[in-house]
Amino acid sequence: MGTLPEPFAAWFAGRGWTPRPHQLALWRAAAAGESTLLIAPTGGGKTLAGFLPSLMELAQAPRPGLHTLYVSPLKALAVDIARNLTAPVAEMGLPISIETRTGDTPQNRRARQREAPPNILLTTPESLLLLLASPEAGTLFAGLGAVVVDEIHALAGTKRGDQLALGLARLARLAPGARRVGLSATVAHPEPLRAFLSPTGAPEAVRLVQVKGGAAPELEVMLPEGHLPWGGHMGLASAPEIYRRLRGAKVTIVFVNTRAQAEMIFQALWRLNDDNLAIALHHGSLTVEQRRKVEAAMAAGKLRAVVATASLDLGIDWGDVDQVIQVGAPKGVARLLQRVGRANHRMDEPSRAILVPANRFEVVECAAALEAVRHQELDGDPPRPGGLDVLAQHVLAMACAGPFHPDDLYAEVTRAAPYAALTRHDFDDVLRFVEDGGYALRVYERFRKLFRDAEGMVHVRDQRVARQLRMNLGTIVESPLLKVRLRGGPVLGEVEEWFISTLLPGDSFIFAGQTLRFEALDAMSAIVSRGGEGDPRVPAYAGARMPLSTWLAARVREILHDPRKWRLLPEPVREWLRLQRARSALPEKDGLLVESFPRGGRWFLVAYCFEGRLAHQTLGMLVTKRMERLGYGPLGYLATDYVIATWSAFEPTDVEPLFDEDILGEDLEEWMAESSMLRRSFRHIATIAGLIEKNHPGHEQRPRQMTMNADLIYDVLRKHEPDHILLRATRQEAAGGLTDVARIGKLLARAKGRIRHLRLDQVSPLAVPALIEEGREWVAGGAEDALLAEAEALVAEATNGAEIFNEVLADVTEGIRVRAGVVDKPRHRDRPRRSRFIRSMKTAGGA
Amino acid sequence: MTPAPIHIAGERLMLDPAGVLVWPARKLLVVADLHLEKGSAFAATGRLLPPYDSRETLQRLALALRRWRPARIVALGDSFHDAAGAARLPPAEATALARMLGGAELVWVLGNHDPVAPDGLPGAAVEELAEPPFVFRHEARPGRIPPGEISGHFHPKATMPTRCGGVTRPCFLADAWRVMLPAFGAYTGGLSVTDPALAGLFPRGARAFLLGQERLFSLPLAPSRARVA
Repeated sequence: MGTLPEPFAAWFAGRGWTPRPHQLALWRAAAAGESTLLIAPTGGGKTLAGFLPSLMELAQAPRPGLHTLYVSPLKALAVDIARNLTAPVAEMGLPISIETRTGDTPQNRRARQREAPPNILLTTPESLLLLLASPEAGTLFAGLGAVVVDEIHALAGTKRGDQLALGLARLARLAPGARRVGLSATVAHPEPLRAFLSPTGAPEAVRLVQVKGGAAPELEVMLPEGHLPWGGHMGLASAPEIYRRLRGAKVTIVFVNTRAQAEMIFQALWRLNDDNLAIALHHGSLTVEQRRKVEAAMAAGKLRAVVATASLDLGIDWGDVDQVIQVGAPKGVARLLQRVGRANHRMDEPSRAILVPANRFEVVECAAALEAVRHQELDGDPPRPGGLDVLAQHVLAMACAGPFHPDDLYAEVTRAAPYAALTRHDFDDVLRFVEDGGYALRVYERFRKLFRDAEGMVHVRDQRVARQLRMNLGTIVESPLLKVRLRGGPVLGEVEEWFISTLLPGDSFIFAGQTLRFEALDAMSAIVSRGGEGDPRVPAYAGARMPLSTWLAARVREILHDPRKWRLLPEPVREWLRLQRARSALPEKDGLLVESFPRGGRWFLVAYCFEGRLAHQTLGMLVTKRMERLGYGPLGYLATDYVIATWSAFEPTDVEPLFDEDILGEDLEEWMAESSMLRRSFRHIATIAGLIEKNHPGHEQRPRQMTMNADLIYDVLRKHEPDHILLRATRQEAAGGLTDVARIGKLLARAKGRIRHLRLDQVSPLAVPALIEEGREWVAGGAEDALLAEAEALVAEATNGAEIFNEVLADVTEGIRVRAGVVDKPRHRDRPRRSRFIRSMKTAGGA
Repeated sequence: MTPAPIHIAGERLMLDPAGVLVWPARKLLVVADLHLEKGSAFAATGRLLPPYDSRETLQRLALALRRWRPARIVALGDSFHDAAGAARLPPAEATALARMLGGAELVWVLGNHDPVAPDGLPGAAVEELAEPPFVFRHEARPGRIPPGEISGHFHPKATMPTRCGGVTRPCFLADAWRVMLPAFGAYTGGLSVTDPALAGLFPRGARAFLLGQERLFSLPLAPSRARVA
């Protein structure tokens, strides 16, 4: 099997191509009916390799019906691949039909696809589950010959990946003969991906084809000409240098880390755009039409640059991109390489990329990433067990497809790798949850969604349940969003509701690449007009920040520890570290440096632990709990990849006990249950599991204050049924994702007796970037009431306790305009930033 | 728990941090928006919320009743999340309700969620209750009114600026004419006092009393014309 059959051989020859070894390897595997995981760098002809066997089979034996199902994490990618696939099929005159099916596919085409499915269907995990949830799934997939999962590394290990794994397990039952093909970018650990793809959950059942190499990328770090910022992640100081680079290249993708950053960089570039270069903006909050327009312009070569977030991370082929600029720290080596690979989509030429760190810490991070790339070391997380919330959604979907026996469904889902270790007990509880809520108090008999017949088969109650499922299916939980609509004009996109709630009419903000004036709020959208005065704000999005891979954090730590390694760093950063050594101290290899200082009416404590954000999250909870007990009145904390910072109402004088090993012994669980982090997890889990709905039939226009508050449900459930499956799922997620107790234990043991506490008059150079981080956690407890009392007393004092003083006081209190969680910013920041974290309402009648 | 006294229409009323209002002179306790059986109302539409909200709400109410021992209890409407709510109240909860009354008289003021009298439960239902100088109704009447209106309906909540950011809590709202109670039910959310629907009822400004663990925290609100609605 060295040469391709006609017309494929001629088609390859016609373009001067020869089939690559991995393309032939996938063909051979397909001929043997084997499943294969192909790991290849960008530009390796991966997609064609995945489809070639299907095209050859269909060319040899044309037939109606679905032959190959392609699943991609991105709608846009499915559309793009369909386009790329249609060309060779047309050129070879093959009788193969190709169609996409995503959330954007119109209703009539979906109906037609069910009646007359194409040979090759390109879709997303969500749309696949919808197909599997329909009673016709059996007929539709019966003749399926192959499933191609693209960008599998971006799906495995996520909740969408869990959902897809369950979908694949169902497909295996409907079409036992279908082979699987996984396409992945280069990863550190291929074994979990093999397991993910495997029909048995065991990696051995999947053949591994790995393409090594490609030319090494050419990376450089670019600093702003002027002052190198201390903090912030925007990178605006480098805008002139970025612009100069745009002028020097044909087509550039400017990658940034958050949507807010995309807006800011885009604006900054346009302010400099004297040459009128065609620069566009692409991020996930813009409307689909707008994104498609940008993508089309890019593909047609009409753009010189596009400023993009992760929305352009994955494999869409942009043709002639010859330069990638990464603004802000890359956060992970694998991700950096993926982005760099967007330039020069050919394997044999090196990709060129420029890293633009936004602050001093990020410079160190970029240096660490460059070192890692040089040593060809990749990072990656070990697999985690599948979420029970995703399983709940799947169970309901399968019931909608047709009656099932619990024994059979259990056997089926445990063949999906993420659920291989799922216990029958958990499965049964999830099933009970879907049936009637699964509460110990069995009062919802009348409202059951599922019922069991005499044979023990589980049926869905009625069509309404199926409709509800269809409206809420998916595992991506966003904060409540509001449409942004131009007065008398179109919708520009969506921003998070909390952000709008912090605006007053007349305030301006930057969105969709323009400055907008907020005018009013109607039922479902924020009405805006163009223009606007004053200092515009930028919407931030919760959860937008990417955690640094812990592995990269370790490299950063090494560089800081060892002044000999400072030669990797530019002078301003070395200067910064020298300043830290003079003003405070450098974190030592085995000790623990802790700084405390007053700032903005509270006391900050910064501990340089370098254990990664996840361990720091847990440690932050424990330390603040101890602070509460010692009467320091902790108000909140923040975990970055390098440090934990806490702030409190009173000065933490005695630091040793805060990091004593016995903090692990205290009722960790109860304390964690109160945390904002677990509340957030619960909201996500309750939404995915179907307890809280994103959409409800007939209720699309619900007034916002009537939406069910997950916090209230969490409090009631925790008090009355603490062992409910959803609370167990919440704790499991927290334990899997966050509680690295062993690691914290080691840190505390190492630090014992070696804590160096420095009481400073002001923030230290090294602490500045951390204090400007986002993603704060709040501390529940008495501190909040203490603050209320203080604020109240302040107001009373200012007015001498007079009874009629409303207007005076309105001036006083509104003049303050404090935002939750805002930390005082250094004065030289580019723009005033406000917290993205607005406190949600606590339990009604809290006492 | 430290209640806060306020004076309106020449009478002294006590605001309890648990979210109930008491008129000591008449041994009368007022509670608003219990929204009992909200959980099961959602369950009926396929959202199987934990069925413990009525139990939780009534347990909290029982604590308030034990503290004040009123002779009369006025539930200011939306006591049940929907008209059929009373019929769904589990027997255990109905018994608990009867027991916690301890001989006190119960008045159900009807609300928009529960426009009919709750069947099979103690107490009498009225559209509104006039007890001079006060009138107890579910929803505040807009425009000029004589002093002494006690109402619920809006689920007011307010955000107080503190040196560490805003803190949001359910609250009482009061001016010289009206007192508005926070929602008491376990599953009840809140409407910000800056919402035009609420601010419009207090054109000359008001005082918000935010609920705390042990006490209330008072926050003056500007007249609505000065505030941006």
